[in-house]
Amino acid sequence: MTVEGNETRKEMILNMGPQHPATHGVLRLLLHLEGEVVKKTIPIIGYLHRGVEKLGENRTYIQNIVFTDRLDYTASMSNNLSYALAVEKLCGIEVPERARVIRVIMTELQRIAAHLLWLGTYALDIGAMSVFFYCFREREKILDMFEMVSGQRLTPSYICIGGVRRDIDDKFLEALKVFCDTFNDYVKDYENLLTKNPIWIERLKDVAVLSAEDAINWGVTGPVLRASGVKFDFRRATPYCGYENYEFDIPVGTKGDCYDRYLVRVEEMRQSNRILKQAMKDIPDGPIMADVPFIAFPPKDQVMNNIEALIKHFKIASGTFQIPKGEVYSSIENPKGELGFYIVSDGSSKPYRMRIKSSCFVNLSALPFMTQGCLVADLIAALGSIDIVLGEIDR
Amino acid sequence: MNRQEIIDRIQGKVSSLIAGTSQGIDYPVVYVNKEHLIEFMKFLKEDEELSFDLISDVTAVDYPDRNPRFDVVYHIFSIKNGQRIRVKVPVGDGEGVESVTSVWRGAEWLEREVYDMFGITFYNHPDLRRILMEEDFKYYPLRKDFPLEGIEE
Repeated sequence: MTVEGNETRKEMILNMGPQHPATHGVLRLLLHLEGEVVKKTIPIIGYLHRGVEKLGENRTYIQNIVFTDRLDYTASMSNNLSYALAVEKLCGIEVPERARVIRVIMTELQRIAAHLLWLGTYALDIGAMSVFFYCFREREKILDMFEMVSGQRLTPSYICIGGVRRDIDDKFLEALKVFCDTFNDYVKDYENLLTKNPIWIERLKDVAVLSAEDAINWGVTGPVLRASGVKFDFRRATPYCGYENYEFDIPVGTKGDCYDRYLVRVEEMRQSNRILKQAMKDIPDGPIMADVPFIAFPPKDQVMNNIEALIKHFKIASGTFQIPKGEVYSSIENPKGELGFYIVSDGSSKPYRMRIKSSCFVNLSALPFMTQGCLVADLIAALGSIDIVLGEIDR
Repeated sequence: MNRQEIIDRIQGKVSSLIAGTSQGIDYPVVYVNKEHLIEFMKFLKEDEELSFDLISDVTAVDYPDRNPRFDVVYHIFSIKNGQRIRVKVPVGDGEGVESVTSVWRGAEWLEREVYDMFGITFYNHPDLRRILMEEDFKYYPLRKDFPLEGIEE
């Protein structure tokens, strides 16, 4: 469709999506084009809206865990953690040391898996096919480990209120050790394929530049913010799960273009591996669930053999517990940025209001600003570089 | 800066703009009337010591039996201090508040979502349209009187 402008300039309006391989889900971009130049981008979202916030108000705190898996489905473990931390803050629950370390291990594995998925699909967007296979090879190993501990690969619901669902065993630790020892070499493989690749550089450098000032103004978080040169990470700024005890660097970019976002994410994978190595070194013994009878499930073997524990389990699962009144906001550093839960409790077993702050949502809102006046081909690179998952944007 | 220092600083500097403060379970909470919202938010961002520069979230909570009915809730983070603050503005049914997009550009979509889900208008918003629901949708789904299922036919 063409819109009649004045005689020399003709603007074309083009729909990209909702079915388009580069939009990573069901996102529609309404483009105002002048030839190849993008004059205006209007993202249209909501195709995947499932009303998670509304559903959350009608389910108990325990039941809501499974919804969090399905927000950013490439980072379920991290979503579980963010939600669990919010409810724990509300109830004042102290999580046992062992569970905290296991949580760190799982979320860092998840960060690597999410970044691998991003790297593979982003390279595919740009036209580099083979990186995809390398990345998915390693991601597969992480998903296998998740399957070992939770029985699920994508939607584990493993981290729960009060701790984690099952304990990790020697087989898992063995797999983790092998993974940590070999992973840095694999990262080298990806870098060999891409970092100095002239096509890769040509496509990414100076594309969709976001300055530090603009990034903060737009509320952008995660790797996109760090690529703009802001040394900011919620694991450092507001530590949770004992992140203050781990040594890791926060990689930052210099320019804030797509290439910097790539470099930041690759370095983040290395840093996650570094955290994993520290975490697995000495995992403290002890329980994996807090002993808080009104909301934290008793251990499974006790439920099977002890009537008291069975009654407790039944009470929690059937939602006859009560949560203290109040409101909390709790956020963590997800692979894609800040994932926050704002929970208002009226004292019943269901949240009065469960608000999910999604980083992808805010990061995508900055896309029209970033891509003003760029070419259509660069738009694909820009969209991929902010790493969105529509499950989290539409909720 | 800790929680108490933030509250003291706000009370010392702009006590005329705020309607009340509390400690909260997690973060300091400031209650503001909607007439003073923009002035207060500008202060939060531009004050050198507080420097709340990163907008985390804008949302609302519906209390159907209360007058005014809604609370618009802002969560703002300060990269410099590593602290967060919660600002609450009461808004009645059918009313609106001034948009904070002039202070933090990133509030644009967050406010659109509040408009979409609760029907709260934001004045001087650059592009106030529905965002998640379709444009001809007649209801505001996150209001408490909107049922989980069975609204039409």
